[in-house]
Amino acid sequence: MASAYLPVLLLLAFVIANAGLIIGASHLLNKRRPTPEKLQPYESGIAPLGDARDRFSVKFYLVAMLFIVFDIETVFLVPWGVLYRELSCVMPRLADGACPAGAVSFFGLGEMLVFMAILVVGFVYVWKKGALQWD
Amino acid sequence: MTWTAAGVQLAHFWIFGAIAIASALLFVTRRSPVAAALWLVNTMFCLAALYVLLEAPFVGAVQVLVYAGAIMVVFLFVVMLLNLGRDDARLDLREPGVRGAALLVGLLLAVELVVASRTPAEATAPLPAAEGTNVVAPVARALFTEHLVAFEVTSVLLLAAIVGAVALARRESPASRGPAVPEGPAA
Amino acid sequence: MSEPTGLAWVALSFAKLLAIFVVYLGTVAYTTLAERRISAWIQDRHGPNRVGPQGLFQPIADGIKNLLKEETIPGSASPWLFVLAPALAFVPAFVTWAVIPWGAPLPTPWGTISLAVADLPVGFLFILAISSLGVYGITLAGWSSNNKYSLLGGLRSSAQMVSYEIAMGLSTIPVLLLAGNVAMGDIVAQQQATSWNAVLLSVAFLTFLVSAFAETNRLPFDLPEAESELVAGYHTEYSAMKYSMFMIAEYANMMTAGAFISTLFLGGWDIPFTTWDSTGAPSALKSAATFAMLYAKTLFWLFFFIWVRWTLPRFRYDQLMALGWRVLLPLLLAYIVLIASVLLALDAVGIGRGGAYVATLFGVNVAVVAVVAFWLDRGRLVSPAASRLQVQELERLRQVAARRAAIAAAGSRGT
Repeated sequence: MASAYLPVLLLLAFVIANAGLIIGASHLLNKRRPTPEKLQPYESGIAPLGDARDRFSVKFYLVAMLFIVFDIETVFLVPWGVLYRELSCVMPRLADGACPAGAVSFFGLGEMLVFMAILVVGFVYVWKKGALQWD
Repeated sequence: MTWTAAGVQLAHFWIFGAIAIASALLFVTRRSPVAAALWLVNTMFCLAALYVLLEAPFVGAVQVLVYAGAIMVVFLFVVMLLNLGRDDARLDLREPGVRGAALLVGLLLAVELVVASRTPAEATAPLPAAEGTNVVAPVARALFTEHLVAFEVTSVLLLAAIVGAVALARRESPASRGPAVPEGPAA
Repeated sequence: MSEPTGLAWVALSFAKLLAIFVVYLGTVAYTTLAERRISAWIQDRHGPNRVGPQGLFQPIADGIKNLLKEETIPGSASPWLFVLAPALAFVPAFVTWAVIPWGAPLPTPWGTISLAVADLPVGFLFILAISSLGVYGITLAGWSSNNKYSLLGGLRSSAQMVSYEIAMGLSTIPVLLLAGNVAMGDIVAQQQATSWNAVLLSVAFLTFLVSAFAETNRLPFDLPEAESELVAGYHTEYSAMKYSMFMIAEYANMMTAGAFISTLFLGGWDIPFTTWDSTGAPSALKSAATFAMLYAKTLFWLFFFIWVRWTLPRFRYDQLMALGWRVLLPLLLAYIVLIASVLLALDAVGIGRGGAYVATLFGVNVAVVAVVAFWLDRGRLVSPAASRLQVQELERLRQVAARRAAIAAAGSRGT
């Protein structure tokens, strides 16, 4: 089972080696002649003013937080999506994928609707608070 | 093949276990918070590799997706948001009180680890066999039938997280917009 | 259909890996040339045509140039992170494609092998997981440069990528509803059994395509490197090979996005209108033909990315975020519920996979696309600034016309 992942590790090692090789080769091959002007950060020709690492808008932080929440929702939707065909039919499916008569179940859709409804409340709250507004 | 497969698995465990522990140590010892955050990403990634070794590839994928790919991005954002990128006195928590608390918690954790590894494992339900190539379905079946209530309650937890994030982020806005507006006696 | 074991398996895995890696690097190199030639063609100029016949050696010349150019590390940058960032962008870009099946299984003397580097049971979750790590390269490049343009570019980019990651993840859920598994092989098989998902799930296909543009930082969503605002965005301070690595990563991500879209929604290596490729014993010819098919589909998407870049203007950042959070997210949540309901209704009526199944799903999708297109075009949420202006302008012109008509009427009465 886990051995199926071996080629991925092989690939990972191979790509990391390549990245190192590229950076190393360019480091060895080119000559650096630094001058004070060359080492300044580029600000379209004007002398840099202050440090670049200033604080930035809290919006970015908010987006990242909301991203976690909805990312987790997506992660929950994946197993639900995989199992949906089974959840929506209480009997084994026929050969052509149809559900035998009378075996259709609302269970799968219902449980996800409850889950989604609660999150949609949160989404509406975020929207109404204007957190999704950027200007 | 059998002995090589076992050997490969053992090597896999030792390599990723060692990298995970080394990264975790680097995470707590780096002075630059950005470098520390990156070492933590590496730890998360190695943990995912260990989940795969435990025949739980879905958990491994989710570990990378959520922890390494989402939560650590927020960590990095916070580090950058607060401009903590440089060595900073604000970050220095090495006061005697904090050190003592850290030592205590660390000791408790160590004791727990020893106790947990010494007690014989309880009889746990056998791993649900993967169905063909479908590794998600067994997890999904447990989640959507047996643990349905826990799943639904998770949505409430996520809702609380949404409200919390908005409440925290919004607090700063009125002040940054201009002169504070009086918000009544309750504020 | 026995699989190779032991040393042969390891050797074959490495051979596959190397072959696909070389195909990737070659395609990426020539996509950069294609980008310049196609943009020139679109803008009615020549483009690079001096190095070799039709400029065909240009990528090689560029590679050598980038390797030998002087590179600078800004004095105020964090040197380690500055050097690490291009590698952090490069590595995920070349690992994501490991699970994409590039063709029908290939028979070899040691057994039948899949044409994916690793045919993982976690399937496309692997692509989503690894590509979510691509954010770090760009964010760190922006941060470590200690340049205001870079920092803004890096921040914009990470906020944009995480926002559209949700849209991309949600777009894959309807595919799961149909396929019932995350493994790429099963998704291709499902499309071979019914119809391509672009037909069955057109809305998810379109939203996925939009998110793919945002995830690869391509126009109209290339805010991270918007040259009219941010010089070059997160890679402003990068030069020579390190700059090149960001570019290689971007084009490799485009290629993976193309192959990924093709696999999820365009049948993967499926050759349309024939069942020759998916039935019967595997043969080398089938593998070659199906590989050519998926490669052609991927090349089409590369062309499409380039075509769009030189056709559409750039979004504003607030429009970009509005589209991701206020349009795609609610739309996709509603769409998932809709498709789940339609599948339930089909089950209740007792329709299995077949013509009626495909027709129903396609009809539902056409209806949703029509409604969404009509609604989006009303200038409410993602309107370009010009369309709001046009409404006001029209209103003003109408008033002017009415006033003139009134004056003219008054004048004609006077005489």
